[in-house]
Amino acid sequence: MDKVLGTLNGMSYTVGDTLLELSYLIAALLFVVGLKLLSHPETARRGNLWAAGGMGLAMITTLLLHKNSNGEGISLSNVWIILAAIGVGAAIGWMVARKVKMTAMPQLVSLYNATGGGASMLVALLEYPAAMAGDVQSIIVTVLGLIIGAVAFSGSLIAFGKLDGRVGDIMKPFMTYLNLVLLVATLGMGAFIVASPNPPAEMLWAIYTLTALSLVYGVMFVMPIGGADMPVVISLLNSFTGIAAAMAGFIYNNEAMILGGILVGAAGMILTVLMCKAMNRSLINVVIGAFGGGGAALDREQGTIKEITLSDAAVLLSYSQKVVVIPGYGLAVAQAQHIAHELDNLLEGKGVEVKYAIHPVAGRMPGHMNVLLAEADVPYEKLVEMDDINPDMPNVDVAIVVGANDVVNPAAYDDPSSPIYGMPIIDAHLAKNIIIMKRGMGKGYAGIENFLFFNDKTRMLFGDAKSSIQKLVTEIKSM
Amino acid sequence: MEQVLQFFFEYKESIFIIALSIFLGIEVISNVPAVLHTPLMSGANAISGVIIIGGIILVGHANLSSFSLELVLGILALIFGTLNVVGGFAVTDRMLEMFKKKKK
Repeated sequence: MDKVLGTLNGMSYTVGDTLLELSYLIAALLFVVGLKLLSHPETARRGNLWAAGGMGLAMITTLLLHKNSNGEGISLSNVWIILAAIGVGAAIGWMVARKVKMTAMPQLVSLYNATGGGASMLVALLEYPAAMAGDVQSIIVTVLGLIIGAVAFSGSLIAFGKLDGRVGDIMKPFMTYLNLVLLVATLGMGAFIVASPNPPAEMLWAIYTLTALSLVYGVMFVMPIGGADMPVVISLLNSFTGIAAAMAGFIYNNEAMILGGILVGAAGMILTVLMCKAMNRSLINVVIGAFGGGGAALDREQGTIKEITLSDAAVLLSYSQKVVVIPGYGLAVAQAQHIAHELDNLLEGKGVEVKYAIHPVAGRMPGHMNVLLAEADVPYEKLVEMDDINPDMPNVDVAIVVGANDVVNPAAYDDPSSPIYGMPIIDAHLAKNIIIMKRGMGKGYAGIENFLFFNDKTRMLFGDAKSSIQKLVTEIKSM
Repeated sequence: MEQVLQFFFEYKESIFIIALSIFLGIEVISNVPAVLHTPLMSGANAISGVIIIGGIILVGHANLSSFSLELVLGILALIFGTLNVVGGFAVTDRMLEMFKKKKK
């Protein structure tokens, strides 16, 4: 391994150095192939394993073959410490990942994203003193890695808290300005560090200040964002973590880190933009213009709310030909996905055609509903995307809205003052009958009045989604 | 202007890698069905745990002869990175496992 192969730019390199770089190339390729496979349903699981394999390979070869600038490898005592740390992280990560409930998935992804950002922040912070004074490139990437990593860390932690219901949305008008000031201060501090001719060892106070500023900015940046915008923020923070890892990759001149990081950064950014499009909003709008709670500005006849009894609902459903279930986060919270599947099986047995209409941003994470329904063994073919189900909505006998609100709000079509105006929705209002299962008359997560509830064709079935569907199933069975 | 050109020439390899990786990232995930958005995000999240390589290098060459805050923070970075990698891949696998099960 220590056999010298040749010299490049005055530095000799060994067999081990070459193998290490080769393993990074393979790891980077595995990341690309893995991500590609992840984007097709049949190959997704394999893709995830390939990417994991690439990561494992890069970790092992780094441990065995990495040398510092003096040509020293990693000594055995350091190897033990590394293995112990990895062991602790792996055990916790694995256990939590296996045990967590599917409804809590968005929180967990946020939490793991926070740890990734935190690792980037710490690596940048610890590498900074080793940078040479005046080495602008190293200092730029270190500072960028630190800022982005810290924002991803604290931002994801707040996102975790919000999704888990531990942190509420705080929106004050002055916060937009405060955030702008914070952002300018953070970037200014970063620029000051980059421009300073002093050796990094004398600039430690500045780098600690920068860390603190970035952490505070991350908190303040996510704090006012809430409601339907949560999936966008998670995806954006995910993208940040990738970019932060890539910056750290430049510190070590490590192509696997650079490529892996940028790949995730770009993919996350595109996913973010796709989601913004699904809500008909721009990214800047999401980040700066916090989702207002108003929106009910349009003053119109509210009409009356009409309830439906369980037996009426059971009859209505049993004698329908086409039923569409429109699930929202309420279904997830109530853990009603299994019982919903029981209901659709029961109805199918009676010759009713049942489909699930999935809005791209239903739930708290893109595709969240698909994962939940998959957990309940609802077959793929029954899950229909918004654009495919909408043309068919007028032929639907009953649309059952379970714990969804904003994604079926017709204000998106006809109320220009509504915050969700222009957002594509599932056209539940076109169905012949609409049953809405809801816990109460509260507004949706985005806090907007929904006139679908007052529609003449709408009947409300109040109560917890799970117990409502449970009772409905019993009712239909006894018919 | 000259400075910009100079910067480009000196860092041209990095700039090439960045530009191509961005395209690759966009290309690889466009056309993803909405069904897979969550697992894809979670899988990509796990890949961003590649920062763990930095953690290994950092702790690997740390001086162990005396106790230092740097060492503690380095170990913390390693634990964080591992959580991101192992937890991320494990949770993605669990989600995808459910998709597979019901296809039969």
